[in-house]
Amino acid sequence: MPDILWTSALELSDALERGEVGSVEVTQAFIDRGDAVEGSIDAYLHATPERALEQAKGSDERRAHGETRSRLDGIPVAYKDIFCTRGTPTSAGSRILEGFVPPYDATVVARCETAGMPMLGKLNMDEFAMGSSTENSGFGPSKNPWDLERVPGGSSGGSTALVAAAGSPLAWGTETGGSVRQPASLCGLVGVKPTYGLVSRYGMIAFASSLDQAGPVARTVADAAALLHIAAGHDARDSTSIPHSVPDYLDGIDGGIDGMRIGIVKEFRGAEGTQPGVEGRVEEAYQRLEKLGATLEEVSLPSFEHGISAYYLIAPAEASSNLARYDGVRYGLRAQGDDIVRMMSRSRDEGFGDEVKRRIMLGTYALAAGYYEAYYGKAQKVRTLITRDFERAYENVDLIACPTSPTTAFELGERVADPLAMYLSDIFTVPANLAGNAAISVPCGTAPDDGLPVGLQLIARSLDEKTMFRAAYAFEKDLGWIDSPEGRPSL
Amino acid sequence: MPIDRDAVDHIARLARLDLSEEERTRMQEELAQILAHAEKIQALDLEDVPPTSHSVPLRNVMRADEVVPSLAVEDALANAPEAHDGRFKVPRIIEDA
Repeated sequence: MPDILWTSALELSDALERGEVGSVEVTQAFIDRGDAVEGSIDAYLHATPERALEQAKGSDERRAHGETRSRLDGIPVAYKDIFCTRGTPTSAGSRILEGFVPPYDATVVARCETAGMPMLGKLNMDEFAMGSSTENSGFGPSKNPWDLERVPGGSSGGSTALVAAAGSPLAWGTETGGSVRQPASLCGLVGVKPTYGLVSRYGMIAFASSLDQAGPVARTVADAAALLHIAAGHDARDSTSIPHSVPDYLDGIDGGIDGMRIGIVKEFRGAEGTQPGVEGRVEEAYQRLEKLGATLEEVSLPSFEHGISAYYLIAPAEASSNLARYDGVRYGLRAQGDDIVRMMSRSRDEGFGDEVKRRIMLGTYALAAGYYEAYYGKAQKVRTLITRDFERAYENVDLIACPTSPTTAFELGERVADPLAMYLSDIFTVPANLAGNAAISVPCGTAPDDGLPVGLQLIARSLDEKTMFRAAYAFEKDLGWIDSPEGRPSL
Repeated sequence: MPIDRDAVDHIARLARLDLSEEERTRMQEELAQILAHAEKIQALDLEDVPPTSHSVPLRNVMRADEVVPSLAVEDALANAPEAHDGRFKVPRIIEDA
């Protein structure tokens, strides 16, 4: 049995199946590693080692009787603290929800538990998933295992920090505008934004409901595909859940990309603000895809330049409505006030952090009488243009390739004082959220200018996760980075 | 579209945020900066473009109207800052006559 911590989830699953190791031993190894690195990376908001070991014991007992519930039975997983977990505190990174204990499980959590996956705990995030660095967490930032002075990305930065440090083989994050792909890119991991509606949003604390989607974080493409398979599929408790049968993403994942047509986004080549080391690695990645048999074709997506403007009107508008529920009445923080309006207004001012207040204000403004058409209405029309750009491109190509993030991991504190600079971290990721497409970030090595990980993004048609995984898998295998010593942070 | 101090006060009231003076001043500057970035889409000709509210075509999702167990009262109140007699307790809403 090789080192448990740096073995992929699927290889661990094979080792469990062969009886070389048990789930308790595997789970304990990740708990111990998490304990050892937590002081450096601050990934957890709430660890649940007892619950994990109890579930691991159950998995081993099942297997002893020749029974397993899924391909990942006995493989531990951790969750961004945005997923409700029955009996385990859930804060969404906000002081306003400090101490909140949900009375029910999110569908993602329930499906992973049913699949026999031990839960290691709940992970740090930007407050209500608003941010690109975890610095907006009400409980302090997480750190990037590649460089502890730098951010792990966000908002699912606790998830990527933990998996990058080998504190868990798998984790769940969520996306609204890139919050899985961007931190995965900054931490040298695989991050997936599934098609909108593929994974149930039930029990996922809402930020912007027309964009929110859960996504897996893993070290390898196949692990991410296996984890997505556990949770994907229709859920009657989410009215936006797509009634679509879920294919086996692992079946044919090693089929290669010979003859696949991949579009390179003209407008993103040499885009202002892209770090030269990122541009260089991603251009090399395109050449590698071509070497593997894909045909590269330049595609023009002219509306993408308006993606950030549209996103930062639509997402705050929906957030201002979703976050109206935090009023100090049914759960969460309550401040004193002698009438109900003062009580609510003070509770919200005390409980929410700066970025959340900024977005509530921005969203309320964009929806207010007199401004609605000029801001929210226009942004929704730009959303249509971006969707049409994608549709036109997919007439000629199977996938679209571009960088995931314009830069590698930035330093803690570097962008905190400049909200707009932080928003521009999402420039390459928001189009797929606005259009609902499936997208993945896969590592393509480290940037020569700073030695930090760079991510290649592959964007597929809606519900075409299989093509996306097949291409990412072929790329990952040929590059060989994740299995080499260079693919591991020195932490 | 300039955002003045009155607009900030109005929006904060609508959003039920009891912002401090310092927060209001900072918010005015930051919102102006972010909205200026969004001005680019104001210039687009979008006359004949329909809006997209959701990326997937949605229809009303209906289900059978069946009675199923719901959250128990004590579970629903377990996270309440204040509860009384099986209900959420809040400060006075209606003034004395």
